[in-house]
Amino acid sequence: MTTLTLSAATPSAEAVAPQIASGPASAALWLILLPAASAAVLLLLGRRADRWGHWPGWIAPAASCVMGVIIAVQLLTADTAERVQHVDLGSWIDAGALNLRFGLLVDPLSVTFVLLITFVGTLIHIYSVAYMAEDVNRRRFFAYLNLFVAAMLTLVLADSYLLLFFGWEGVGLASYLLIGFWNHEVDRGHKISGAQALENSVASKKAFVANRIGDLGMIVAMGLLFAQLGTLHFVSVPGQAQGMGDLGVFDQVAGGGLTTAMATGIGLMLLLAACGKSAQFPLQSWLGDAMAGPTPVSALIHAATMVTAGVYLIVRSQPLFDLAPNARLAVAIVGAITLLYGAIVGCAKDDIKKALAASTMSQIGYMMLAAGLGPVGYAFAIVHLVGHGFFKAGMFLGAGSVMHAMGDETDMRKFGHLATKMRVTWATFAFGWLAIIGFPFLTGFFTKDPIIEAAFVRQEGQTWQPWVFGLVAMLGAGLTAFYMSRLFFMTFEGKSRWEPEAHPHESPRLMTWPLIALAVGSAGFGFVFVFKPSWSWWPGWWPNLADWLTPTVGPVAHHEPVVHWLVITVVTLALVAVGVWQAWIRFGAPSTVVPRTAPVGSPLTVAARNDLYQDHVNNGLLVIPGTYATRALVFTDGAVVDGAVQGVARGAVAVGDQARRPQTGFVRQYAATMALGVVVLIVIVLAVQI
Amino acid sequence: MTGIFDTPQVDWALVAPVLVVLGAAVVGVLLEAFLPVVARRTAQVALSVAATVGALVAIGWSWHRLSGVDAPTDLAGLRPGGRALYALTTESGGSLGSLVVDGLTLVSQALVVVVALLSVVVMADRTATREDPFAPMVSAVPGSQYERLAASRGLAQTEVYPLVLFATGGMMVFSATADLLTMFVALEVLSLPLYLLSGMARRRRLQSQEASLKYFLLGSFASALFIFGAALVYGVTGSLTFDEIAAATVTPNGLDKLLVVGVLLLMVGLFFKVGAVPFHLWTPDVYQGAPTPVTGFMAAGTKVAAFVALVRVVYVMLPGMGWDLSVLVWTVAIVTMVVGSVAVLVQGDIKRLLAYSSVAHAGFVLTAVAAGWGTGETAVVGPWAVLVYLLAYALATVGAFTVVALVRERSESGGLTGEATSLGQWAGLGRTNPVIGACFMVFLLSFAGIPLTAGFVGKFAVFSAAVSGGAWPLALIGVLASAVAAFAYFKVVVLMYFPARDERPADADEVGAGGSVASQTGAVGTATLARPKTAAVVATRGCATGVIGLCALLTLLLGVLPGGVLTAISNILQ
Repeated sequence: MTTLTLSAATPSAEAVAPQIASGPASAALWLILLPAASAAVLLLLGRRADRWGHWPGWIAPAASCVMGVIIAVQLLTADTAERVQHVDLGSWIDAGALNLRFGLLVDPLSVTFVLLITFVGTLIHIYSVAYMAEDVNRRRFFAYLNLFVAAMLTLVLADSYLLLFFGWEGVGLASYLLIGFWNHEVDRGHKISGAQALENSVASKKAFVANRIGDLGMIVAMGLLFAQLGTLHFVSVPGQAQGMGDLGVFDQVAGGGLTTAMATGIGLMLLLAACGKSAQFPLQSWLGDAMAGPTPVSALIHAATMVTAGVYLIVRSQPLFDLAPNARLAVAIVGAITLLYGAIVGCAKDDIKKALAASTMSQIGYMMLAAGLGPVGYAFAIVHLVGHGFFKAGMFLGAGSVMHAMGDETDMRKFGHLATKMRVTWATFAFGWLAIIGFPFLTGFFTKDPIIEAAFVRQEGQTWQPWVFGLVAMLGAGLTAFYMSRLFFMTFEGKSRWEPEAHPHESPRLMTWPLIALAVGSAGFGFVFVFKPSWSWWPGWWPNLADWLTPTVGPVAHHEPVVHWLVITVVTLALVAVGVWQAWIRFGAPSTVVPRTAPVGSPLTVAARNDLYQDHVNNGLLVIPGTYATRALVFTDGAVVDGAVQGVARGAVAVGDQARRPQTGFVRQYAATMALGVVVLIVIVLAVQI
Repeated sequence: MTGIFDTPQVDWALVAPVLVVLGAAVVGVLLEAFLPVVARRTAQVALSVAATVGALVAIGWSWHRLSGVDAPTDLAGLRPGGRALYALTTESGGSLGSLVVDGLTLVSQALVVVVALLSVVVMADRTATREDPFAPMVSAVPGSQYERLAASRGLAQTEVYPLVLFATGGMMVFSATADLLTMFVALEVLSLPLYLLSGMARRRRLQSQEASLKYFLLGSFASALFIFGAALVYGVTGSLTFDEIAAATVTPNGLDKLLVVGVLLLMVGLFFKVGAVPFHLWTPDVYQGAPTPVTGFMAAGTKVAAFVALVRVVYVMLPGMGWDLSVLVWTVAIVTMVVGSVAVLVQGDIKRLLAYSSVAHAGFVLTAVAAGWGTGETAVVGPWAVLVYLLAYALATVGAFTVVALVRERSESGGLTGEATSLGQWAGLGRTNPVIGACFMVFLLSFAGIPLTAGFVGKFAVFSAAVSGGAWPLALIGVLASAVAAFAYFKVVVLMYFPARDERPADADEVGAGGSVASQTGAVGTATLARPKTAAVVATRGCATGVIGLCALLTLLLGVLPGGVLTAISNILQ
């Protein structure tokens, strides 16, 4: 076993300078405009669009998807040096030192996201046409979904932190609106009781507040960057004024424009933002509750795309983190904690959507860990992100299909034996399940194993890190296998534990076709786009995702884990096998009995069911003191501030009354006042002169 | 200035904007004499619109010419080194300062002309019963037999249109001149028509005529101070043109105190026109009494012209006197911001509220003027900020007063009569008239300086100019004062949109801040006793509504996408 060390500060990218966009890429703005226009039309027309609202609703993202493919082909066929293109959208404010230009950065990273968002998004939109068919507010639902797609595309295409922040807030808004979509009693289609409606709106508020904490990090980071560098653009575009010295943030960072301490501070603030958006420790508590939204929302926003925005932010800010190894270490630690945290919680959840949410959290933990590993991990973070987008969206939609069949039941203890009733859902879900646990030659195998391997790489100056990160990642793989198998077996295998009135049936084709498409993606994506064999007959031009990302995130640094890669793979697979086996004997085997009500369980199980008491901790640490502080503030507000404000208001009114006093209406008095004013002013001016 | 009379060379294209407007005004007077009654109104409105549009075209041509000047020209432009063209030059090529065409001139003239155009459209708008805002026969005693006769004959006061054009021409010269004598003449040309127009309201005639008389008396007083100041300045420096005065102020000659007093009196004349405290006392009374479209016109137009004149005086005539005079501008700015913002809180009448609001705005603009004695780039940033602020202010002001002109009282019989200016009557207007209510809200938010409206851009511009000119305490006070004033605007928004807590109809008493009774003191009779409680938007031909919509749209546009306009103004000022 060789333990080569890797320089952490290796400049990881031969920066590819952006060039002015040409060809299809120059129309990149339309990617955003199409769904935005659809959202605007659907919202502005209101009820008038109810009958046909879902048509523009799904066509807009589909059109964006087609455009995205065209742009991707354009970049693929171009030289590597021409794969970073910039679309200028003009200046918003140009006032001397304050020059706010907007533009889009069309590069492999953003285009990868565009494809993921629009492709998975389109499938989910189509699925929703059927899933929400009975809902009276389907048009509004599509308007919000389109709003989300537009905002998410803005986020990933932005060429500056400022525009990124617009998208960042936009997806937050869409997420808030959609989590609380059923915030009133509904008695058609999906039946929502008053109590549920209240819970849903509380969940949306919780997500909003947790996200605000993250946003604060983003704002502080932007403030620091602007104060230090005078610009918020990622990179300089030739021939374009952008702020101090006309250099983008990353150019200035590369040129030593930031001290390490400052870069660390900014990096930590960006990490805070990422934690809020991507439900990472310690801001992860909102994601489970966010499952209150309709299931397509959970699939699109809270699994495939929005929650990965934090990973995107970290990877996009790579030059900053390259300068700040400590901030990067913090990213890796947060990722490692969350990956275990989510996995443990996922093992105990009986609600199918909450179990999937915990899994999402855990998988994003993998991505964060990879992003925190630096040049050895950036590409794999994105690769895993895309693969995860496929299989997790597929599984969420599968869960939606199951719920559809079971009358909106989400408790897995009341499922079981569904494989016979829902062949398509079962089969597609099986692909997602095998993909996520890293079954050989399915997507997860190609996307997650490299992360585990990279976690075992010792970087310059590191001692305990490779062992800790590596073992955590490996253990996480075993846990993933356990909880995902548990979920799969509890739902589809074993004996049926249905409610008496349940009549499970396969979902309509509009719902199953997206499932099939995503299952194909889950199975084949890794093999097709990630697997890079050294076979001589393998076509050299075949796109490989990690290579494709090179112009943005740099080449995957050569690495040598502390343990031989074969050992890692074998041990990981063994752990996965153990996880599946354990799940099978506990929940899947025909002889096992899964109780319909959850047994008491060990303290760890109870803790995991309660999200490891994160809500309690939050309550104890923040909410209760917050409540008391608020009460104290309210008291102070009443006694002191209101007193002062009312005093000021009264004072102001009194002053106003005084100011009004000369307003007698008598011209002679006005003239006298003016004359007096002149005299006073003369006295003042002459007094100053002396 | 040499003693010999030098025949000026006139560059007619540069004078054209002013000539078109004043020429049309003269033609309008002739029309009044020679056209039959039935044709007058149409002809006058068409002439006014044509004149303003023509002036805009001429300004556009001058703009084009000025943009083509690359080399900075000599004195009397915005600043030494700034670009300027001279409409009047001596035979030898030297400049006469009477009409300077620089960025400051063009932007302000364009603004004034646009305000005039919008105001003419609003003034021409009539209700279904063919009522326009003006008394049919101003000379008739209110309530007399003669007046009833005039009303029943359907007479209309069509002199208003030439009067507006005269005032507009005066404003255009006022903001373009770098010569004290021309400035004084322009001051009178712009003021006299406004005095007249103020007294022409169709309803509440006595109040209107009182306003007119007050405005005239106090305006004359201010003019007297101005001309006395000009005389003192001439006495000390021996010149009336700005560049020569500027040159003379550099060398002390033992008469400095006299010079300071002269300049101070001169500036007091301008302070009166912009409505700065303590020379603002006429503002609420006149704004309230004048016919509302006229109020909008003079509130926006006069302020633009007078502030640009003030900027020119400060930046071109007195660049060397900052040490002596910045205390003056600082004092007036602070007092104006504070008094305006505080007084706006206690108003129970929408027109008086807008009047005090305009006083407060004058204070905010003064912070940017105060930045004038800074150095370096401030020399452009100050005027730039003033223009940006005035643009935002003018749009919102014209729009807001047009809304006021449309909101009428509903009498017992259900008919709509005079304007419902008491704030209590505006309760729930946003719900009964969503479009007009929303537009008015946009104007109020712009006044308050809320982001994504033009008002925010304006406040941002003036306060950042003040900071960059070293006047950060002014900016600080300005921000605090705008917070105080915002309270008053939000109260109106709340009043328009949210139902009163209990079902009692909100009346004027609740509206005044802190529950103070919105009593109107003073000789202006605004007793609210017998006013109907409700108000509604009167149906008109739609011109006024169009103007409101346009102003609201531009206010939002300038707030969301300010880039292009800000850059254009900045470029033409360079």
